[in-house]
Amino acid sequence: MTGLLRTSIEERFSDVWLEGELSNLRAPGSGHVYCTLKDKTSQIRAVLFRSTAVRLRFALQEGLQVIVRGRLTVYEPRGEYQIVLDTVEPKGIGALQLAFEQLKERLATEGLFDQDRKKSIPAFPRTVGVVTSLTGAAIRDILAVLRRRWPTLHILIVPVQVQGESAGRQIAEALTALNHLGFVDVIIVGRGGGSLEDLWSFNEEIVVRAIAASHVPVVSAVGHEIDVTLADFVADLRAPTPSAAAEAVVPVLAETVERLRELKVRLGQVMLRHCAFERRRLDAGIRGVTDVRFRLQEAAQRTDDMVDRLREMVQQLLAAGRERVHGVQRDLSGLNPILAIKQGLATVPQLSKRLEGQMGMMLAQHRHRIHATLAQQYPESLGDSWTWLQYSSNGPGWSNSPSSERRGGWTGVGGSIGKRAIELHCHAGV
Amino acid sequence: MAAVKFEQAMARLEAIVGELEKSDLPLDESLKIFEEGIRLSKNCLKILEEAEHKVEVLVQDKNGKKRIHAYSPDDAADEPSS
Repeated sequence: MTGLLRTSIEERFSDVWLEGELSNLRAPGSGHVYCTLKDKTSQIRAVLFRSTAVRLRFALQEGLQVIVRGRLTVYEPRGEYQIVLDTVEPKGIGALQLAFEQLKERLATEGLFDQDRKKSIPAFPRTVGVVTSLTGAAIRDILAVLRRRWPTLHILIVPVQVQGESAGRQIAEALTALNHLGFVDVIIVGRGGGSLEDLWSFNEEIVVRAIAASHVPVVSAVGHEIDVTLADFVADLRAPTPSAAAEAVVPVLAETVERLRELKVRLGQVMLRHCAFERRRLDAGIRGVTDVRFRLQEAAQRTDDMVDRLREMVQQLLAAGRERVHGVQRDLSGLNPILAIKQGLATVPQLSKRLEGQMGMMLAQHRHRIHATLAQQYPESLGDSWTWLQYSSNGPGWSNSPSSERRGGWTGVGGSIGKRAIELHCHAGV
Repeated sequence: MAAVKFEQAMARLEAIVGELEKSDLPLDESLKIFEEGIRLSKNCLKILEEAEHKVEVLVQDKNGKKRIHAYSPDDAADEPSS
């Protein structure tokens, strides 16, 4: 009975299209996938054999709206009818698109697209690795731009298929190989434009993981600006096109050389300015020192002047003082008793001369009067008596003491007084 | 890696010029980094002059051995098949 039904059903429903929602998904170790397709009113068991399941690009999920194609059959051990699926397509979007979204979400959850994972692209790479096909336009564009910008660049190409079954694996291996070389500074991985199918390799998990694992920074350049692949999400830098990737990885050599020259010039200029500035400062310092020296000299000169003037003033004062002392001395010396005595003494000889003269005259007068008187009273003789007058000079002053010198006595005058001699001795004491 | 050395040297050179242009360094320090700057600029130019243009291709032969050879536009045949 079941066998008859099976034959009948398989003949009648050998190729059917159904639309519904996936539920009761089961994927045991055999690799076959079992599920139930249901819509609002009904449901049907479905099976996806392993050979078909591995060809699916997206993962089957509970609740996914799908359009399926298959054939009906009866599983005799349980007496259940089911649909064996040949094709499963997500409803509304393409399978690839769904696969893309699913993988993207999974890898994002792992953190593979996080910004803080991204390595910075070296500013001046020496060796650039390029992972792409040698036959496409991409390699020509990349080489042209790299060569134009940095003519002495070392470029290392790893030729790979960029679409088809083995493309993903080749790309991943190429990335690993370039990493192992150890001297590659940055890697460009990409291809020219194409359909979503053509670019699919760059959405493969193996490629995404290889890019994430690369120690060398990776720049992705897949298709055109509007094409976005998972390789772009995971790459350290996403370039819209292969040419743009080449521009992004190397600066222009001529500009770099120019910048270097400019830096060198600025270096020299700024140092020169600095030296000149310091030189001016030094000069100012020297001027300052010179000024100080000049001022010191000036001050020394002024000091000398002042000392001179001071000395002059002191000398003038001294001279004035001396003059005053002299004056006083002169005044004093006028009063000097010794001088007065000396002057007095100097007049003594004169005075004594005058005195002698005077006395002589007086004596002569007296003698004359005496003679006259005698002549009147004693006209004959004068007698033996005579007067002896003498002057002694033994000491200052006059003395009437008898002199040692004696003249023989008068002998008779012979009748005339004039015959008698009177001697006067006068000795000056000075 | 030379690339890193060059980049660091350029960055250091820029920093030195910037620092000198601020001109608040004492003369002896200025002279010291000036000399360093001159040395760096010479080294950088040397690195640039020494670099040699080459385009090479890394391929893997049948028994899995990798080798590098010069690139020529006819190398398309080197692309591995699936």
